[in-house]
Amino acid sequence: MERSAGIGGTNSGVDGNGGASASTTPAPTLGPSTQPGVAAPPGPAGPPQLPPQMFTTSAQLLDLTDKKLLVSLRDGRRLIGVLRSWDQVPNLVLQYTVERLYVDGKYCDINRGVFLVRGENVLLLGEIDLDKEDELPQTQATVEEVFGLHKAQQMEKKRRDKVVRRKLAALGFEEDEQHVLF
Amino acid sequence: MLFFSFFRTLVDHEVTVELKNDLLLHGRLKSVDQFLNIKLEDITIGDSSLPIPGAGEVGSITAEQRWPHLFAVKNVFIRGSVVRYVHLPAAAVDTQLLEDATRREAAAAQQGALKK
Repeated sequence: MERSAGIGGTNSGVDGNGGASASTTPAPTLGPSTQPGVAAPPGPAGPPQLPPQMFTTSAQLLDLTDKKLLVSLRDGRRLIGVLRSWDQVPNLVLQYTVERLYVDGKYCDINRGVFLVRGENVLLLGEIDLDKEDELPQTQATVEEVFGLHKAQQMEKKRRDKVVRRKLAALGFEEDEQHVLF
Repeated sequence: MLFFSFFRTLVDHEVTVELKNDLLLHGRLKSVDQFLNIKLEDITIGDSSLPIPGAGEVGSITAEQRWPHLFAVKNVFIRGSVVRYVHLPAAAVDTQLLEDATRREAAAAQQGALKK
């Protein structure tokens, strides 16, 4: 009787006069339910090993979080921003993002804001060494100047690629245009 | 999962990862996950489409010139799907063990298929 009253107390707030109601419920079903709470020793330890979570995508990205990263995308863009969030794919959220263009010895940054990058478009993430970043061999130029040069370079590349594709097609090679990789 | 386990044994070795865009990244393997995403530390870069440095080809550019954005980058996380090759340190690879593991895995797969 004492035991069933105790069980009633832990199970619900029915209490005080609940002693009677507890006694109507079958004791065997209540008995086992209290036992796991009493004793649950941890499982045996295996041989010493590196924890498996060391080898998950999340673990790799965890120490890159809130750092300034270079993100290289499949379409050739290079974004620089602070990694704020990610998942296992890994889709990324970048804050204070700039798109950096390099042309010959010059570069420029275009402000872009917040980015959510779908995982499939990511080539690589690079952790930027903030000290070394100040010693870039290229010089910063205005967006207008570099953007113009960059556009001209892209047009030239497009034209060249078209020629190559046409010649390859004549030889029976077909290229999948979807999979541009830079 | 065989290759995942295999790459896990290579952690802390020096490897070169060649990407599908010809970029070569040489560095210390820090971590690998189940998609074979790779994390490298202290990288140096190269380019498999360019002639070997010092070969004296006129007018060729260096890998640093072709990939200027990697100048200030020390550690990289590479998405597994863009890797073409991983150049391994021969001394750290036990090919006999790999062969055996492959046979075992194939046998297990066959057994599983028979049961169904």
